[in-house]
Amino acid sequence: MSALTKKERMAIPRKPMPVQEPEARVLNFEEVATGYTPEMAQEEAERCLQCKDPKCSQQCPVQVDIPQFIAAVRDGDMAEAVSILKGKNNLPAICGRVCPQEVQCESGCILGIKGKPVAIGRLERFVGDYELSHKTLAMTRAASTGRKVAVVGSGPAGLACAVDLGRLGHDVTIFEALHLPGGVLAYGIPEFRLPKDVIGNEIKSAAEALDIKIRRDHVIGNTLTIDELLEEFDAVFLGTGAGLPVFLNIPGVNLNGVMSANELLTRVNLMKGYRFPAYDTPVKVGRNVAVIGAGNVAMDAVRCVRRLQAIRAGEDGDAGEVHVVYRRSADEVPARREEVHHAAEEGVIFDFLTNPVAILGDESGAVRALQCVRMELGEPDASGRRRPVAIEGSDFELEVDQVIFALGTNPNPLVFSNADDLKRNKRGTVEASDESGLTTKPGVWAGGDVVTGAATVISAMGAGKRAAADIHEYLCGLN
Amino acid sequence: MYRILRKENISDVTKMVIVEAPHIARSAKPGQFVIVISHEKGERVPLTIADFDREAGTITIIFQEIGKSTIEMGRLEVGDSFMTIAGPLGHATEIKNYGKVICVGGGVGIAPVFPIARALKEAGNEVISVIGARNKELLLWEDRMAEVSDQLIVTTDDGSAGRKCLVTEPIRELLEADPGGFARVWAIGPAIMMKFVSYTTKPFEVPTTVSLNTIMVDGTGMCGGCRVLMADGRAKFVCVDGPEFEGHDVDWDSLLSRMTYYHNEEQTAVQHLHGKDHKCRLDKAVEEGVR
Repeated sequence: MSALTKKERMAIPRKPMPVQEPEARVLNFEEVATGYTPEMAQEEAERCLQCKDPKCSQQCPVQVDIPQFIAAVRDGDMAEAVSILKGKNNLPAICGRVCPQEVQCESGCILGIKGKPVAIGRLERFVGDYELSHKTLAMTRAASTGRKVAVVGSGPAGLACAVDLGRLGHDVTIFEALHLPGGVLAYGIPEFRLPKDVIGNEIKSAAEALDIKIRRDHVIGNTLTIDELLEEFDAVFLGTGAGLPVFLNIPGVNLNGVMSANELLTRVNLMKGYRFPAYDTPVKVGRNVAVIGAGNVAMDAVRCVRRLQAIRAGEDGDAGEVHVVYRRSADEVPARREEVHHAAEEGVIFDFLTNPVAILGDESGAVRALQCVRMELGEPDASGRRRPVAIEGSDFELEVDQVIFALGTNPNPLVFSNADDLKRNKRGTVEASDESGLTTKPGVWAGGDVVTGAATVISAMGAGKRAAADIHEYLCGLN
Repeated sequence: MYRILRKENISDVTKMVIVEAPHIARSAKPGQFVIVISHEKGERVPLTIADFDREAGTITIIFQEIGKSTIEMGRLEVGDSFMTIAGPLGHATEIKNYGKVICVGGGVGIAPVFPIARALKEAGNEVISVIGARNKELLLWEDRMAEVSDQLIVTTDDGSAGRKCLVTEPIRELLEADPGGFARVWAIGPAIMMKFVSYTTKPFEVPTTVSLNTIMVDGTGMCGGCRVLMADGRAKFVCVDGPEFEGHDVDWDSLLSRMTYYHNEEQTAVQHLHGKDHKCRLDKAVEEGVR
């Protein structure tokens, strides 16, 4: 099989990922995409042209050696594929599922010019899963350096930083405010997109191999201040993310039935609210629901709502409706195409060019409707996207009994209590160097959403890794 | 992990536990709260810290058994552990010498007002405390409150202890007797009590600090479920902006309405708990029958 010509490789169609059918998957929270078999992975790997100057790797925020790991998959040497992939990315089973590959690695694939790019994300996921079940690669730790590092936050940035520092022999302790590690991976991303077992296992195997301690229930800023951490540790990395939800400043935001996507997702994912009352945390889902915003968080929220509605209705009942309300057009939707496609298949209704102006309540203080206005696209604005403009007199009421805001998040302010010397920008994000993550406070680095504002898992991991490299250099220079 | 070292049944439904939590005890301050999870399937329950002992590494929490989670918490005995206690959370009370102050506690709210009254007393304030409950059984810590107060007034709705009235009555009398004499009022208790204490102090223009206990999931600023509307229309998050607020600024009607949002689910959960109990006993009976 390995002696195919370039032309023959290009003629192989991109291997589709097996998925649960929409009718079945809206009735459960199990993974939508079920993953490649080894045969599928090898067939897909055959498509890779093994470019001498691979654009895919350059488009990866952590520069995974993509053609090399794909060649190993093609040759059936999965252990080698694991070793190459994990050389750069310690959380492949997670990244293979949640990275926006279409705008990163896969956007650089030469095959994508005329046809479809190699399914790099799916292959990464396959290799990550293979490792979780086969454990071919013992993660090794360099000799102990005797240096101690505190990593605040156990999301993608913190984990990436902790793992790299652990491998270099530093003594790493992660501080997590919640009762489970993973940050947004645990509370924000639903089980049907990223199973909790995958996160748990990926974190557990890294922590055990590298002797990384995870102290849960520690809210840095309150339980311990950054200054207190600096007394015990040689360096501190802040990877606390951006968790504070944004609500629109329109009338009715405090009515019963209005919530943030974070609240819904936390109840569903972290607290397993979809299994209430077997689990204690309830989650309420309306008969007709509007989710405002069209990013990935909005897609996660809307698909959770769809499932809860469908499960409540049973196989034949009337599930009700769930709408995505977005003020721009379908072309500007920030969410991944695949997620939008999956949501639409599951029965989600998209109301584009629609702007909410007020939430209307009934006499009991509960949501009755969302008052909206139709929009049209005008001239491009500062973001380069065409500015949506309200069409006069186009007001209408969307009859819903629940409104969920998915409009982005700001950095959580708690970590900054008692840390006045940590300089922040106007948006509330930490000022830190792009290359090194170094902040204005000596001994303190930061990376991920707390620096950039809400972004992707892999970009946060990239920032965590860059900071780890700089922290390592700093620690080596200490006497 | 978070082992219960002491337990006291204050009434049939009010329980006090002293729990091992050194990392919280060392940084806890009056006015702050913790998030407690009893077991793997449990909810995150916010509870105000009633007391702490830095040397012993313990914190005291008091709760009323209302929903499934608090009923289950109440079943834990000395030697048992909570799965999680995270904290301390929220801002601490601003303690300084204000002059003459009133500390108001209603029901289980007496417990969290105690460390505040104690700290205010230590800071040199003249502390007058008013504590109340529906009946004698639901009153607690009269002696501890008396110890840290220059004057203690006790009220019950049914007259089974102290004066038969609501806490607002003696507060109004105190303010009327010494207009301009009181620098500040603290009130912790049921939302409805804090609302009416705020309404009582408003005409006298005495700043009134209340401690809000709203719907909350993570308690770290992430879910926004705890948001509370201020009278000027701004929204605040109780977990990161509070839990203390100026009572005159709170939109009480919207707060009271939001607190009813999960009532049906709370009932379902309690029924589920009792249903499970029922089955448990049945299982036991079957087992015993087999033997």
